[in-house]
Amino acid sequence: MRIFGIFLVLGIIWISCTEEKQAKPDQTQSPKTEVKKEEPKEVDPRVVEGEDNYKKHCMTCHMKDGYGVPNLNPPLAETEWVNGNKDTLISIVLEGRTGEMEVNGEVYNGVMIPHNHLSDQEIATILTYVRASFGNKSSPIMEEEVASVRAQI
Amino acid sequence: MLRNYSLILISLFSFLLYACEGSKTAEQEEKGPALPVADIDNGGIQLSDGFGAMVVADTLGIAGHIVLDDEGDLYVKLRRTKNEEGIIALRDSDGDGKMDIQQGFGNYNGTGIDIHENYLYASTDVAIHRYKLAPGELLPDTSSMETLISGFPDQGQHASKTFVFDDNNNIYVNVGAPSNACQEKMRQVGSPGLDPCPQLEYQAGIWRFNANEAGQTQKENGYKYATGIRNAMALDWNHSSNGLFALQHGRDDLHRLAEELYTEKDNSVLPGEEFFQIDQDDDFGWPYCYFDQFKGEKFLNPEYGGDRERQGRCEGIKKPIFGFPGHLAPNDLIFYQGDQFPSKYKNGAFIAFHGSWNRAPEPQGGYFVVFLPMDASGKITGEWEIFAEGFPQVETVESPRDAVYRPVGLAEGPDGSLYISDSRKGRIWRIMYYGSKEV
Repeated sequence: MRIFGIFLVLGIIWISCTEEKQAKPDQTQSPKTEVKKEEPKEVDPRVVEGEDNYKKHCMTCHMKDGYGVPNLNPPLAETEWVNGNKDTLISIVLEGRTGEMEVNGEVYNGVMIPHNHLSDQEIATILTYVRASFGNKSSPIMEEEVASVRAQI
Repeated sequence: MLRNYSLILISLFSFLLYACEGSKTAEQEEKGPALPVADIDNGGIQLSDGFGAMVVADTLGIAGHIVLDDEGDLYVKLRRTKNEEGIIALRDSDGDGKMDIQQGFGNYNGTGIDIHENYLYASTDVAIHRYKLAPGELLPDTSSMETLISGFPDQGQHASKTFVFDDNNNIYVNVGAPSNACQEKMRQVGSPGLDPCPQLEYQAGIWRFNANEAGQTQKENGYKYATGIRNAMALDWNHSSNGLFALQHGRDDLHRLAEELYTEKDNSVLPGEEFFQIDQDDDFGWPYCYFDQFKGEKFLNPEYGGDRERQGRCEGIKKPIFGFPGHLAPNDLIFYQGDQFPSKYKNGAFIAFHGSWNRAPEPQGGYFVVFLPMDASGKITGEWEIFAEGFPQVETVESPRDAVYRPVGLAEGPDGSLYISDSRKGRIWRIMYYGSKEV
């Protein structure tokens, strides 16, 4: 009985000791997707090309994971700026954008330089990659669409 | 047999109790007023031997700089207001170390905060305000707010107006550069640097003002105390050597803007983050020059004809007293004046590095608090060491977003404890020393 009592006290102390250590689940992480056996998807060569161009021209600021830099460079993941109106997106790439910008409730204040030195094809592949990556599942962007926005600027 | 078990259990019991107590030691008992007990996990960070930490406040918002008054009340400036409050005042009313009273005021964004002669000073990105503190009161009379200085340029980049006081009623304000390297076309490949750089007139330096005169403007009343500094968020007055010190956020993108001269690897460590000892009228060379900490020399930036070797006009430019690795973003500096820590810490510099973003594709770095030993005359006396780390809560920071916490502000409490603020969630740690003094 005495031993049981001591065990009980020990147990309570142990629980109160370890309680704080337990990590809380991170709600910002998306749930892990189950691995399914699927036929290997054909990878769009434009997405592959876009990834190379992204690494060269975009990754320094928007990062490998597309989530940008807190307070500074906005994320490209899960945002209407990327997955919404194509012309707006294309024009931001061509003309750049500076100053405060709110994305998903967070405020960013950095400098996006104009990328009008890139070809229509480079921009189209980058945006096709971005709209198909980081959890985004939006349609590709074609060279002609970039050319059309460029002509209006 | 039963007795043996009991003995073992009692030993275990005592051990657990001891473990629960944290790192309290017998010596502490001998030393007068006991320090509060550190959190068992030191609030999620790792510290130098003998030190422990407790989280005194948490989830305050996007914190900036911090300060404590002589009674141990803590004031936190929020970079962005939360619930229309930009300054959070905190008090430990029951002596357990945790700040159990929390009150907010000052509905404006900004980073800088400090106390000078019973006034609490706080900055926006274009002005510095102050409030009269009343003895014993946590909150100042907010209707007493006066604007000390206004008219700083409204800018997006490097906008934080951090500041510090000397012993002669002067206030020194960091006015950052609104660009990377003063190019004709901001941050664009191939665009040359403006020469002379017009931004040097009212930015990229440290301005001095009267600390007690309301209604000043930068143009009318400011004295350009030092120039050629890109952004010195981390600055402090060294009261023992009687001089100003600051650390610069060095330029970005040497690889992206001059890939024929600098590899991605080069860019991940260059230029050095410079630690300046500042005399009146000093010029540290931005935007024309950068510091290569491996060669110990200043070189011309590529936007101004630099080729990695040419020094040109940078040859006579005053060098830093030390160059840390590139892009680590020094965001606060204090010289330790207290007696709680071992004697090697006295007069030395604690530096909060916010952590990098401009090192990709290399892993990011910084995200720690560094100690650099110095003597009373402001001379460096030893190697720098990482004093507190583990803020990101992940092994490798690929992207700054991975970091759960990022150190941004430092302050010394009246008992010599060191306080660290975090810009991600607004956690505040109090660092205390529990070990032997004979180190």
